Amino acid sequence: MRLVAHDLSIAERLSGVSLTLEPGSITAICGPNGAGKSTLLEAFAGLLPPDAGSVALGDRDLHSTPAKERARLLGYLPQAHEIAWDVPVRSLVELGRLPHGDRRAEPVDTALAALDIADLADRRAQSLSGGETARVLLARVLAGEPRWILADEPLAALDIAHQLALLRHLRSAADAGAGVVLVLHDLAHAMNNADRVVVLDEGRIAADGACDNALDQQVIERVWKVPVRWIGEPGHRALVTG
Amino acid sequence: MTRATLIFAALLALALPLSLLAGRVWLDPATTPNAALILADLRLPRALLAVVVGAGLGASGAAMQGYLRNPLADPGLFGIAPGAALGAVAALWFGYAAAPFLLPLFALVGAGGAMALLAAIAGRTGGIALFTLAGLMVASLAGALTALAISLAPNAFAMSEIVMWLNGALTDRSWREVWLAAPLVALGVVLLWRSGRALDALTLGEPVARSLGVDTRRLLWLLIAGIGLTVGASVAVAGIIGFVGLIVPHLVRPLTDRRPSQLIVPSALAGALLVLVADSVVRILPLVTELRLGIALSLLGAPFFLWLLLRLRRGLA
Repeated sequence: MRLVAHDLSIAERLSGVSLTLEPGSITAICGPNGAGKSTLLEAFAGLLPPDAGSVALGDRDLHSTPAKERARLLGYLPQAHEIAWDVPVRSLVELGRLPHGDRRAEPVDTALAALDIADLADRRAQSLSGGETARVLLARVLAGEPRWILADEPLAALDIAHQLALLRHLRSAADAGAGVVLVLHDLAHAMNNADRVVVLDEGRIAADGACDNALDQQVIERVWKVPVRWIGEPGHRALVTG
Repeated sequence: MTRATLIFAALLALALPLSLLAGRVWLDPATTPNAALILADLRLPRALLAVVVGAGLGASGAAMQGYLRNPLADPGLFGIAPGAALGAVAALWFGYAAAPFLLPLFALVGAGGAMALLAAIAGRTGGIALFTLAGLMVASLAGALTALAISLAPNAFAMSEIVMWLNGALTDRSWREVWLAAPLVALGVVLLWRSGRALDALTLGEPVARSLGVDTRRLLWLLIAGIGLTVGASVAVAGIIGFVGLIVPHLVRPLTDRRPSQLIVPSALAGALLVLVADSVVRILPLVTELRLGIALSLLGAPFFLWLLLRLRRGLA
């Protein structure tokens, strides 16, 4: 089921964005601060009503899709790691089952195991480290078994080992047919792990395509206004400035 | 049934018969003259009313804290209690206090007015910040109008009656008040209980809750109706009884797994217990005139709140 934005405008943050995302692959959304990345992700999650244009899942407009049904198909992970109460980890991950109206243990256990946090299940939320919290919150998304995973900076609070583990997991989700959309600040992560990169600048699409093209040196210099070059082999590239 | 529910249900079952015997005159069913009459017509309705009022205030406090994701929230903040109080004060102002049902009816109209105002301002978008601000404004408007009514009271008697009534109490209440408040509070608690799963989802913030399919507007309506019914009915029959909605969820929370949904029913039971015990204590205290329950609970509640702030401050430092 495709995720389609058509001529989407939201407040001053996005103007006239048209984009068709394919399931079964990882799409990275990149861009400078304030480019509209998080806004686009929220719109794809059906949380922001468009001022103009539309967002559709398959052939259905997202805003006429019932909230529960939308929630079963789209798993959304925001950037802010907010956990208001000191609840047990397992109950947080179980919230992913809310759109399904069940508390099946199996998807919850699978999600906990996939993120290597099965041993945290009985811990309390406020006793977790930043990296553990990030994994618990992603496990909540996975427990809902969504067709699309929409994550805003999921790697930000993780150490390098957990970043790689998480990217491996997202890759296997994509291989299993899920659509994965990630907002990423780290361009090297996008370059090495995404199938497609969408670069936003001031609410518009500045580049879109395979990593090599969309994150081409010239695009980065034009959009971010810093001189850079890529080094290393494809799949293992690093970005150096100057 | 969770551990907290069991504990408070057991304590309540224990406290209820004791409270029936407690009073300025301790009742001995075997020897006290007219014991059956005193029990059936005076002490039982009063005890049940304490249970009803406390349950409503406890449950609404738990739901409110869950909704605002803030342990310092109190249902009194939302203008429904002040709205109900304003209605009751109007009844007293016009000298309707003696007519049965008129004062609670006025109070319910006041609570309904506050609910309608809240819904009209914040119900369309379902935003938490807007709801909070609207509630604070409704509360301060109702408070100002109440103060105005007191200062313009037609005579000194009406004024003292209003001031006395505002400090809630359960003295001289009858079955009439129980029959009025019990169904409204029960319905309100059910509505609040039904909001539990949505409140759990709100633990992760509003955007995540919405992404999980929570209809935040429906949630807001559930809460306005639930809190309106519980708090409105409580104020209508007992006047303003503060701090129960604030203290009770705190006492209960450590006994639960801290999910908001798990807090609502035990908080109703614990609220019932607190008001029942407090009302028994004010009856027993050897004072010339009985200490008003509202004052007693505020005397207990304010230091508790300060202690809470101190603890939070230490947590932040």
